[in-house]
Amino acid sequence: MMTSIFSLMILGGILIAALMGRMEAVSAAALSDAGRAVQLVISLTGNFCLWSGLMQIAQASGLTDRLAAAARPLTRRLFRGLSANGEAMRAITMNLAANLIGLGSAAMPLGIRAMRAMEREERANGIATDNMALFVVMNTASLQLIPTTNALLRAQAGAAQPLDILPAVWLASAVSIVAGVAAAKLLSRVIL
Amino acid sequence: MSGAGNWAIPCVIFVIVFYGYLHRVHVFEVFLQGAREGLQTSVQILPALVALIAAVGILKASGALDLLTYALAPVMRLLGLPPEVLPLALLRPVSGSGAMVIFTELLTRFGPDSAIGRIASVLEGSTETTFYTIAVYYGATQIQKTRHTGPAAVAADLVGFVMSGIAVRLLFL
Repeated sequence: MMTSIFSLMILGGILIAALMGRMEAVSAAALSDAGRAVQLVISLTGNFCLWSGLMQIAQASGLTDRLAAAARPLTRRLFRGLSANGEAMRAITMNLAANLIGLGSAAMPLGIRAMRAMEREERANGIATDNMALFVVMNTASLQLIPTTNALLRAQAGAAQPLDILPAVWLASAVSIVAGVAAAKLLSRVIL
Repeated sequence: MSGAGNWAIPCVIFVIVFYGYLHRVHVFEVFLQGAREGLQTSVQILPALVALIAAVGILKASGALDLLTYALAPVMRLLGLPPEVLPLALLRPVSGSGAMVIFTELLTRFGPDSAIGRIASVLEGSTETTFYTIAVYYGATQIQKTRHTGPAAVAADLVGFVMSGIAVRLLFL
């Protein structure tokens, strides 16, 4: 999947740039954006360390166990076959909680932790498991209850009530997440 | 609203450290163990990020987005979405910062309380940077075959796009 998207973006982009006479811009963008990616990772590293460290504390103190227990009715239906007290399930719960309250910076390191834990627990061996795919799909849909950056930009642009779109956002998010979970569950039997 | 945002992170950090301290966890040493893992994560996702961000840069600079917007305008009308939000819908799954720029442009050009401004807001708020997430999450593992992840995520995105138009029409117009 990523191979075809990557090829399509690069090959399509360069071909179209050749036709539209934009090769100069493309060659500048390719180099500067590769550098920008490194800067982005460096700026993310502090976040990763901070939230991985905090997650380790929360795990050692038993806080994640309590949160995982509270979320179990939902998570055990979604993620079948994962050990209820395993590291994977705990990281999944923490990631979903961080997503909900809008801690995007915490959600990613926790999500990566969950992916690695699932890979180990389910002995993935290079092929994504159903639980891994479902988890990534849930993270590609927006779980955030209050899109703060979005509201801030609307306020700056002079919106009368920046948050008046919330019900519409919730409706669109909810339907899209249900669609994603359904698609993941259905397609997991088709694409083995 | 920014008030709640400012409180969320400090409160979460406070609760985690306080609860750990109460339960006699050696919070500093344990934090360092976890933080070390964060460092490894960064190194591991770097290649995937360079690949995707460079590819998005090439695509944006090539003018392909303008071409696609023009070609797909009829499809958008069919889905009940104004063609003006198409660049946002196309860029949103690959680049959060790129989508943010287009989102801001749409808000200033059409106004945040116009139909286009509202649909753009809902679209931006109800979807995520899909391919970035897929690349980063799998990039941190040894997974080669992502199986149905991409198709299912794209299905969710498409439903999200169409639903932003429907939701705004349902609740505002």
